[in-house]
Amino acid sequence: MSEQAIDSGERPGVLARAQKNVLGTPLPRVEGPLKVTGRAPYAYEQAPAGVAYAAVVGAPAGAGRVTAIDDAAALAVPGVVAVLRDDPRMPVGEGNSRAMPARGTDRIFHHGQPVALVVAETQAAAREAAALVHVHVDRAAGRFDMDGEPAQRDHKLGFLPAIDVGDVDAALAAAPVVLDEHYATPVHFPAALEPHASTVWFDGDVLTVRTSNQVIGAARDTIAKAMGLPAERVRVLAPYVGGGFGGKTGVGPEVILAAIAAERLGRPVKVALPRRDTAYLVHHRSATVQHVRIGCDHDGVISAFEHTGTAAQNDDGGFLEPIPFGSLPLYGGANRRFRTDLVRLDLPATGAVRAPGEAIGTFAVECAMDELAERLGLDPIELRRRNEPDRDPTNGKPFSTRRLTDCYDEGARRFGWPDRVPKPGSVRDGEWLIGIGMAAALRGNFTVEASASVRLGADGRAMVSCDMTDIGTGTYTILAQTVAEVLGLDPSHVDVRLGDSDLPRSAGSGGSFGAGSAASAAVLACEDIVAELARRMNASPDELTLADGRASAGGRDASLVELLRGEAIDAIGKSSPGAQAKKTSQASHGAHFAEVAVNAVTGEVRVRRMLGVFDVGRVLNRATAANQLIGGMVWGVSYALGEAAVVDTRSGRFVNPDFGEYHVAVNADVPQIECHFIEEIDDAANQAGAKGVGELGISGAGAAVVNAIYNATGIRVRDVPVTLDTLLAGLPPV
Amino acid sequence: MKTFDYARADSVADAVAARGRFIAGGTNLIDLMKLQVETPEKLVDISRLDLNRIEERADGGLTIGALVPNSDLAADPRVIAKYEVLSRALLAGASGQLRNKATTGGNLLQRTRCYYFCDTAAGCNKRAPGSGCEAIGGFNRIHAILGTSDQCIATHPGDMPVAMRALDAVIVTQTPGGDKRRIAIGDFYRLPGDTPQVETVLEPGELITHVELPAPPAGRQLYRKVRDRASYAFALVSVAGVVTMEGGKIASAALAFGGLAPMPWRDAAVEAALVGQAPSDAVFAAAADALLAGAKGFGTNDFKIPLARRVLTACLKELTR
Repeated sequence: MSEQAIDSGERPGVLARAQKNVLGTPLPRVEGPLKVTGRAPYAYEQAPAGVAYAAVVGAPAGAGRVTAIDDAAALAVPGVVAVLRDDPRMPVGEGNSRAMPARGTDRIFHHGQPVALVVAETQAAAREAAALVHVHVDRAAGRFDMDGEPAQRDHKLGFLPAIDVGDVDAALAAAPVVLDEHYATPVHFPAALEPHASTVWFDGDVLTVRTSNQVIGAARDTIAKAMGLPAERVRVLAPYVGGGFGGKTGVGPEVILAAIAAERLGRPVKVALPRRDTAYLVHHRSATVQHVRIGCDHDGVISAFEHTGTAAQNDDGGFLEPIPFGSLPLYGGANRRFRTDLVRLDLPATGAVRAPGEAIGTFAVECAMDELAERLGLDPIELRRRNEPDRDPTNGKPFSTRRLTDCYDEGARRFGWPDRVPKPGSVRDGEWLIGIGMAAALRGNFTVEASASVRLGADGRAMVSCDMTDIGTGTYTILAQTVAEVLGLDPSHVDVRLGDSDLPRSAGSGGSFGAGSAASAAVLACEDIVAELARRMNASPDELTLADGRASAGGRDASLVELLRGEAIDAIGKSSPGAQAKKTSQASHGAHFAEVAVNAVTGEVRVRRMLGVFDVGRVLNRATAANQLIGGMVWGVSYALGEAAVVDTRSGRFVNPDFGEYHVAVNADVPQIECHFIEEIDDAANQAGAKGVGELGISGAGAAVVNAIYNATGIRVRDVPVTLDTLLAGLPPV
Repeated sequence: MKTFDYARADSVADAVAARGRFIAGGTNLIDLMKLQVETPEKLVDISRLDLNRIEERADGGLTIGALVPNSDLAADPRVIAKYEVLSRALLAGASGQLRNKATTGGNLLQRTRCYYFCDTAAGCNKRAPGSGCEAIGGFNRIHAILGTSDQCIATHPGDMPVAMRALDAVIVTQTPGGDKRRIAIGDFYRLPGDTPQVETVLEPGELITHVELPAPPAGRQLYRKVRDRASYAFALVSVAGVVTMEGGKIASAALAFGGLAPMPWRDAAVEAALVGQAPSDAVFAAAADALLAGAKGFGTNDFKIPLARRVLTACLKELTR
């Protein structure tokens, strides 16, 4: 086993020497043919023999207590097997390996909180009967509106503590120019296309859960804890996941409920959440209100930078949106303050959704920088350049790699930024007002422990295995490329096994750390294999060249099959955080550019083109990395223009929990998008040299769109989404 | 979804005798059944009936079978050439997949997308008469500003029916008694009043078999739909317009509106303000005043009043150019 903490920041020898140039190439997804021909089985497909179907019954009130559950009418529906409502293990919310939701309580934390599970012979019967379970409640007044509820400063929630450096108030008082504005963002649903679904059965005494989940190692621990089983008696399978967006990082209550039902009934149970139920049983991103104060001199050099905000959580939840997380290292300024205040609400739990912190934090800060640039009469890029720090301005650490200004320059050149007309409302094309805008992107880089095993088979084919998931991100493909690169194989000679908790534990998909950590573990495993091959060639690993399934060293040459002598070589690699994470400030960076057209009659906004340039360390696969970044930019269009889950503050119910009225961008909303890279391998980030990609694309993307709307119209909207009604009053007469 | 019986009709006579809820494309009904907003005891599948042709009549008009899919109707060369407003309205609706399934008859009977109508936990007089209207006093961004009552403020969500209203279409039906009825589209829909659950003049079991379009109108036609995203969104405001000009003056005007009312909306006063007038900002303003004289916002839909005025003005400029 090759175990290595990321201490030295040196590139592993096998990667430094590898010259196959397989890594980084836009290799098409290796599992693509399975998916487009319908042969990649998702969690709800394939029914084990004797399967029953479950439907969750939710609390019909937003606050109060459950006093009784009357299931007589439900049990009378033909095909109903059981109504589960009194098992002490029944959870009321989503769990993760660190925190379990409340159970054994009659308290209602939010509307739709699970209170019972109906199991029937068919899905239709289960759902029909679930609607007939009569839940009696003692209603209480609920807290459903962030406005008017007290914000707590002194709380223990979230991973990001309040930061106060220098004297922000004094610096603001002394600054000749001060920007002081409030911004707001609404509730965002994760909105994965594949709704949450699980098939649960006992394989002997092993509880087996095929589920749609991003982080199955942790899911296994959570399920074991919830069920009172040792972890080795739980197996979680998630070979294919139809999108996660943060909403599948924990274990939903329906999974535990189905597991309890499978155990008690002695038969497999399937459960899938109808779209509307995902609003209540899956966490969402909290609405936020944010306050940005920036003080600078007349040249735009910042002396004070403050980014604070308020986010919500219910009384059972432990997460808090880290609103200013992306702002910490972004711009200079000696006096700095960052904080997220907490409001407790009686709504479904808030949690990690698409770049928690950065996605909505950069909206506020990047719009604020646009406003400040205009006030100073400076180009927005020039303002950013003047405040580009040479080390992390909040913690003083050197950056591992930071190519942000290169992203500005390359993006400005490619996009045609110099042609921008700074005066808003200046460019018109028929009925349309045209504008362009830009914003910086930043996503903190996390290093997380991950293991992977690699087998070089006697036939010369390799297999890499770990419990990572591929949530549409390209994990299968980049792991095949990593192993092919190091072992000198064609990627088609590398098999990849993922999505099984019996395989070596990875970091899972979340926080943009999956690809870098899993690829690093695979590289370290390959180091052992290369060392063994070198030994068999009587050479040192540095002397060994692996290419086209052959090994050569010092004039000698042999095929891998000969060297393997009929036996496979197995190795396990493990990468873990080390000194580099403490010594350096690590982040991925980028610059977004957007051109919008705003209809002068109606205020309808259509994005015409977008372009992003990104610094993500080593690019493992140009196609799958671009795919993620472009996807993030589409989410930027979505939250800038459409996404808003509306809470009816009278009832605590969501008004629009479906894809008809919760407006994500559709194809017709998505313009031509270009994605380019400034590639500098970051050896401090991890052994693979790859920084996070997945969440970078959304960071700043919405701000670029909103800044472009301002340039087009002269209307500054600080409360997304920018729907047409927010622009109407400021448009020219028809 | 609640369990239901299913029968397939082989003829129009069979269908009306079957005494069930008709289903053709099912693009709206099945969604609502999954939500248990609709809980029919019996579905009568009419999708195999011989009602899928578009035929030209001697008077130059078209008779459209109730089962003609939206995509076929939009792509019919006669519709494109002579009823452009209808083709454009159809293509502005839903998505390509839905238009392939959705039928002409079914589209006339689309239910509202009111958030509270779709949420069985909410009070809704249309879904559950007497349970109240949570849209009033709630979030009502997509709701009506014209033709509402204190019982219901939901909008009709369609595009196609708005164009048909401007074209003075006639809806042909067969009653369970075997009678054929011809109903002008202007008489087809009912305002909510005290019975928002009753949306049309159709009797129980009455089947739409055809839609007749009168001979093609002269003049300029347009359909303009304003919506929150570029596709797959319902109209916040839409305008179907047919205008003829003579000697620099507006000789005739037919204007119907979507997104504003519980039915495709048409107001004779709007047209009266235009006919005989030379186009001018003042004339357009008078037409908008006529349209919006009785408009009432409910909070989050207040913006529809100025939006409707702006869109109508822009459409009239285009139609009288």
